[in-house]
Amino acid sequence: MLQGWIIVCASFAYIGFLFAIAYFADKRADQGRSLIATPYIYALSLGVYATAWTFYGSVGRAASDGVGFLPIYLGPTLMMILWWFVVRKMIRISKINRITSLADFVASRYGKSALLGGLVTVIAVVGILPYISLQLKAISTSFSILLQYPEIVMPAKAGATGIFNDTAFYIAIFLASFTIAFGTRQLDVAERHEGMVAAIAFESLVKLIAFISVGIYVTFAMFDGPADIFGRALAQPDLASLVAPFGAAAGSYMSWIWLTMLSMLAILFLPRQFQVAVIENVDEKHLNKAVWLFPLYMLAINLFVLPIALGGLLHFGVGSVDADTFVLTLPMAEKQEWLALLVFIGGLSAATGMVIVETIALSTMVCNDLVMPLLLRVTRLRFMQHANLSMLLLDIRRAAIVLILMMGYFYYLVAGEAYALVSIGLISFAAVAQFAPAVIGGIYWKDGSRLGALAGLSAGFAVWVYTLLLPAFAKSGWIPQEIIERGPFSIELLKPLQLFGLTGLDQMTHAMLWSMLANIGLYIGVSLLGRQSAAERIQATLFVDVFSQTGDRTGFWRGTASVSSLQSLVGRFLGPARAADLFDTYAKSRGVASADALESDARLVRFAEIQLAGAIGAASARVMVASVVEEEPLGVDEVMAIIDEASQAIAQSNELKIKQAELEVATRELRSANERLRELDHLKDDFISTVTHELRTPLTSIRAFSEILHDNPELDAEERTRFLGILVKESERLTRLINQVLDLAKLEAGAAEWRIATLDLRDLVADATSATEQLFRSNRIELKTDLPDHLPPVVADRDRLMQVMLNLLSNAIKFCESGTGRVQVSLRREHGSVRVDVRDNGIGIARENQQLIFEKFRQVGDTLTDKPQGTGLGLAICREIVGHFGGRLWVESEVGCGATFSFSLPAQTVSAT
Amino acid sequence: MSVSLPVSHRVLIADDEPAIVLSLEFLMRRCGIVTDIARDGEEALAKATSFAPALILLDVMLPRRSGLEVCRVLRSQESTRTIKIILLTAKGGHTESERGLSMGADLYVVKPFSTQELVLQVKTMLENVRGAADGGAR
Repeated sequence: MLQGWIIVCASFAYIGFLFAIAYFADKRADQGRSLIATPYIYALSLGVYATAWTFYGSVGRAASDGVGFLPIYLGPTLMMILWWFVVRKMIRISKINRITSLADFVASRYGKSALLGGLVTVIAVVGILPYISLQLKAISTSFSILLQYPEIVMPAKAGATGIFNDTAFYIAIFLASFTIAFGTRQLDVAERHEGMVAAIAFESLVKLIAFISVGIYVTFAMFDGPADIFGRALAQPDLASLVAPFGAAAGSYMSWIWLTMLSMLAILFLPRQFQVAVIENVDEKHLNKAVWLFPLYMLAINLFVLPIALGGLLHFGVGSVDADTFVLTLPMAEKQEWLALLVFIGGLSAATGMVIVETIALSTMVCNDLVMPLLLRVTRLRFMQHANLSMLLLDIRRAAIVLILMMGYFYYLVAGEAYALVSIGLISFAAVAQFAPAVIGGIYWKDGSRLGALAGLSAGFAVWVYTLLLPAFAKSGWIPQEIIERGPFSIELLKPLQLFGLTGLDQMTHAMLWSMLANIGLYIGVSLLGRQSAAERIQATLFVDVFSQTGDRTGFWRGTASVSSLQSLVGRFLGPARAADLFDTYAKSRGVASADALESDARLVRFAEIQLAGAIGAASARVMVASVVEEEPLGVDEVMAIIDEASQAIAQSNELKIKQAELEVATRELRSANERLRELDHLKDDFISTVTHELRTPLTSIRAFSEILHDNPELDAEERTRFLGILVKESERLTRLINQVLDLAKLEAGAAEWRIATLDLRDLVADATSATEQLFRSNRIELKTDLPDHLPPVVADRDRLMQVMLNLLSNAIKFCESGTGRVQVSLRREHGSVRVDVRDNGIGIARENQQLIFEKFRQVGDTLTDKPQGTGLGLAICREIVGHFGGRLWVESEVGCGATFSFSLPAQTVSAT
Repeated sequence: MSVSLPVSHRVLIADDEPAIVLSLEFLMRRCGIVTDIARDGEEALAKATSFAPALILLDVMLPRRSGLEVCRVLRSQESTRTIKIILLTAKGGHTESERGLSMGADLYVVKPFSTQELVLQVKTMLENVRGAADGGAR
């Protein structure tokens, strides 16, 4: 007899055994003799894909749709072909960046965006809830059925008995404590859970054995082999259709294709699959064997699905017993109590395996990508005072596990009864499929932007909620069924199951079509329209070109921090002892005796950031590191104080009042520039510290001479005038710098206004040369122009192009010798464009500097005279302008033989008359 | 009898910004200090020997050789080891300054600086040099 206590005891004994395996594996890992470092364990752990849904639900699906259960396994098998390329890349990226979860992966790719990480987390949690509820349903149903042995009684409706009499509720609590015990013993999740993986691999084996045992029993003991079952089924007209390929329903080809694609994406993007396939991967080479072992596992576990389904239908007849329970009820009907118990344990394996890995993966996301960024933002100051936060992190994760399982339980109460196992699972598949554009695009397409990913994901998720989740709630009576039947506010076009009048598709195909259309469309569209920030661009390159990178990457952080402050920061999250270990190991790898002797450079900062990312995710790690790394931009208040003092000094001289007004304008512009800088974080990242540095130089002179003038009223008139002259000159330099920073910021942010017109470049060149004529004459430099008779027009902003011309001409003057200098401007048509050359016979530019000069703040000085007076931004601005109109700007030069700056713009083709 | 001023009255200004050099020159001259000017790192090293200053106002971002490097070289040579060094820099941050001081600088001043404070620092340092020199003579 199978009494309740036997079932419960067997379950606990089994779980206890799993713990033993996990404990043993963890111990082996600590000793450096990893148990799981083999492709076989890796492939078996991938088997976590087969959940209670596979174990019980496939038979259920086969009993209604025949071979219709297959796409869910066909997809992963097909995906294995691409697996080597896609997953290997994801593994490599994750290892290098110490990615902790799928949300972390996406956030990290798009410029360590906390917002995006949060969105992915929310989608994953909401999307996976149905799937978790499915496991609860499966365990509680199988438990209730087994409890009635030898009677076969279908269990009562969920929630009918009240929560505290509901088996599923206790199962949820049991699973939560089990998962907490399994998954949150150590903090650093990027460091893999070896014990968990070993246990999961074992569970994969158990569920396979259990399922095959039932299959063999049904096929060979209850019937006379497969031929007998299929033969009898074909003899019954209502069963014969199940054996035919593609089932009987219309449009099933379409749903086959969609289901196959859906499961292809699911095997990549289900959080638990990402966890075992990418995060827990020990060695990329394991993929070699896994790509055929895993499909083999899929094949083995599906071999007996159809025989069991047909056997059940033949034995019980259609409709009397829920086909989802055939795996269990067939052995029970034959009084095979030990086989039934094995099946129950197999189902328990399938469900617990899924729940453990899924909730661990989700709790990591919730902690790192949802709670941490909020904590850092909201109570940052107090939060920072904690010496050791590793316990807090663990508690957050534990709370997340309990919360997720409880929400899964409530979903089960609300919607669990309305659908069969398979349909519940498919809703989750469709949710995680929304990650595909952002992730796949993210690792192959550099232009995919943060805003694009945000837009695509939000839209795809919204459509998913509307077309799949809403109907599920409606079906279970949570919201009025009317919305589904007649659309919200009776608007026919918005009917969730026939959006925009699209009919003739099943619910899943319909939902996938719209959500993917919205998701991919917006992802690509918004990415193409917008601009990436510098941080995004860097991450995009790191991800897309992951295989072509070698060695350390440095230079992301411009600032540095002291070794001790970095170590104590890492210590707060990982524990001081562990941090000390990590830093010592790192010191050794850099060839230094101990952490104290380390040089605090950008590489060390990045090392610390990566260690932190392993614990709290990339976005949070970045915020934390930024709080101790010193970039120390010049405070705006400090700048204001200095400028105020300067204006006072200048105001003492009446003739300089105009200059004071200019300085006030500059101050205002600096203020707005500063605000603008605050807005654009890429400028914050690496531009502002350079700008700050550049600002300090004129400010130093301004402050010094202001103080000199102020402290020395007895200065004679001549000296006074001279110093005031310097003050004015340096103020102008500051103004120019601020204006150009502002200008460049505008151009780079795409916020500049353009007045576009069709232009004849000959007029422009003529205007530019006449404007600079006086300057050339006073510098005694000869200016010649060479303009053709006819030239096609170009489309551009006249004032902006004038700015480019004037910049190039004044550069030419700057680097030419007075008296012998010659500058020639020529214009010509070249291929489909118009080209302008400004050639001088000045000092020239060495080859190694020719790219450098277009970068911001990179001046190549004339060593003979003083520093060039420019801001170092002129050419960067020119390049932005020319680039905006589809042209390019470049230089050809040899040292001593002058330089030729050229730009070309696409010619406007004159329509034939 | 030598006519040259005592060593303690000489300050070398090493900076490549003409306006800043001019202001430093003025400030030093008003205190009765004799100055010379170096516009890059090489020149600073050469003049540290030929001009034999008691103190150098040394910009970090010098062309050809950085101020930090000049600092290191000066400390490694017997003849220049005792010269006082004040590093001037537009780069803030205490790690920067730690690095400067670890190279052997006596003081690290962030631009823009207060002229009064700088002058005070220079004077104090020169006093100390003189005190030490006098003590040695006695």
